[in-house]
Amino acid sequence: MQLPAEKTYARKPRESLQSLLGRVLFYVLLFLLLFAILAPFIWMVISSISPPQELAATPPNWIPNEPTLERYRALILGPTQGQSIPIAAEKFVRALTSSLIISSTVTLICIIAGAGAAYALVRLPVPGKQNFMFGMLAAQMMPIIVIIIPLYLVMQTLDWMDTWHGMILLYSGFMLPTVIWIMYSYFQTLPEELEEAAMIDGCSRWQALLRVVMPISGPGLVAVAAFAFLYTWNEFFMALIFTASKTKTITVIVTEFSTQSGIDYGLMMTGGVIGSIPPLIIALLLQRYIVAGLTAGSVKG
Amino acid sequence: MGSIAVPKPPRRYMSRRKREDLILAAILLAPATLIIALVTLYPFLRSFWISLHKWNLSRPQEGRPFVGLDNYIQTIQDPLFLDSLQVTLMFVVAAVTLEILLAIGIALMLNRPFRGQWLMRMVALIPWAIPSVVNGIMWKWILNPSYGSLNGLLYSLGIIDQYIIWLGDPKLALAMVVVADIWKETPFIMLLFLAALQTIPHDLYEAARVDGSTAVQSFFHITLPLIRPTLFVAVALRTIWALKSFDLIYTLTAGGPSSGTTVVGYYTYLKSFVSLQLGRGASVAYIMTFAVLLLVIVYQRALYREVRY
Repeated sequence: MQLPAEKTYARKPRESLQSLLGRVLFYVLLFLLLFAILAPFIWMVISSISPPQELAATPPNWIPNEPTLERYRALILGPTQGQSIPIAAEKFVRALTSSLIISSTVTLICIIAGAGAAYALVRLPVPGKQNFMFGMLAAQMMPIIVIIIPLYLVMQTLDWMDTWHGMILLYSGFMLPTVIWIMYSYFQTLPEELEEAAMIDGCSRWQALLRVVMPISGPGLVAVAAFAFLYTWNEFFMALIFTASKTKTITVIVTEFSTQSGIDYGLMMTGGVIGSIPPLIIALLLQRYIVAGLTAGSVKG
Repeated sequence: MGSIAVPKPPRRYMSRRKREDLILAAILLAPATLIIALVTLYPFLRSFWISLHKWNLSRPQEGRPFVGLDNYIQTIQDPLFLDSLQVTLMFVVAAVTLEILLAIGIALMLNRPFRGQWLMRMVALIPWAIPSVVNGIMWKWILNPSYGSLNGLLYSLGIIDQYIIWLGDPKLALAMVVVADIWKETPFIMLLFLAALQTIPHDLYEAARVDGSTAVQSFFHITLPLIRPTLFVAVALRTIWALKSFDLIYTLTAGGPSSGTTVVGYYTYLKSFVSLQLGRGASVAYIMTFAVLLLVIVYQRALYREVRY
């Protein structure tokens, strides 16, 4: 009679030991993963607040003894008397402003023009829909470098080099195909009956779009807005080619922090941290919409 | 008699509604179409035209004579171009393979309820969200031969006994570019896989285990077939993005040392904007587009097949 009891007694500790080991292993791996993802970024933050002599320590001073916000102050408020910073760093605030204005406007254009076009493609009788969508896919995948020379000529002809509106036009053109794809998949998931009911009640299609479809498209629009903003804020290549002294964006300016004595890494890291803050805030706040939006846009295709 | 309960709507009404729909469609589509056409379609066609001409900005006296396919012939005979193809191939294959394998592995590991999962998801978005230029300068600092933290860390741990010049050797520098790319791209692909894994009902694994299937068998017979569409999308998209890599190379290595990290995109940039041979640059760009378009077509065909099943 005692045998079964003994058996369970004998087996239980072994099983729990195994699962305990499994759990320990899992959390060790999880910690390593978190470290791998966070360490480079945290090192950038630490470097940005380490005083110059500590930056040049070997081996590195992992935790700064005398953390300083001097570099942040210099980038945002300008250098103090006698402090020398690279010329590019003096234009940092201007670059932040440029990035902010260009990114916000592109986001707005993408939401309005992109959602409108996607709605038309889903619900209205547009001839050649399939070809249009394939064209959008191709445009989305096309390497920018392919068209950079003619674009250069277009911008020169329009005399839109180094202007905000020029950059806004370019980024909108590159972002719209993606926006149309995502909103296209999104509108397809909305029941058509809602608009039909509204139209039977006497709404025109235009009113149905504005009053019925748009209010329930929130999640899709949020995802699209986040993508448009992040893409524009982070873009580098076109900004490198098409902006000069007046409209250099944040991504271009942080690569230019060098003086005659070499690259000012501390200042570069500071610029990198500040330049990462707006996209990080957006990504972390809108996390759920972004992942959902990307799966909708790419997987459902 | 009774079956014709719904009266046929008058013809005029139908066509009016249809006409209105068409006008609305035109209004809605016009802005986006115009912008996209101006920014992508027109330059795309013009680019081809340029690629058929000899056009060197540093030698304006030569004009821009039509040379047919001469630029293409010169490009495919340029040893630097062939090198850049090889570098691109190595970079794309190494980065995409490692990123996908790591992403699947991590997603499998995280696909269970545990405390702090929300935190993990947040953290995974950080590398994806920061600008790739920042990724480049960040790694350039980490890999700095004298003051970099990688040398410092490995030296303190006793793994290396002297500092390594990470970006000084072509092969090693390319490996470092791959590392920086993996850091930025893997976590997000992992989130995509995690989303796919979480749609698989747990009962399937339960049933398989009852039938005596091992974890490995379950992975190959249940998990893999069910995440195939995601796997496919991830491989295709990552390949296309990796082909376009520019920002990371520009900031981290500037194509060096001795062209060891000059990928095709960077080579095109050098031809067009450094040596100012616009015709030659356009021809490389077109060869690249052709490769990407081929991938896009394969991608789209296969995607339709995947989604149908």
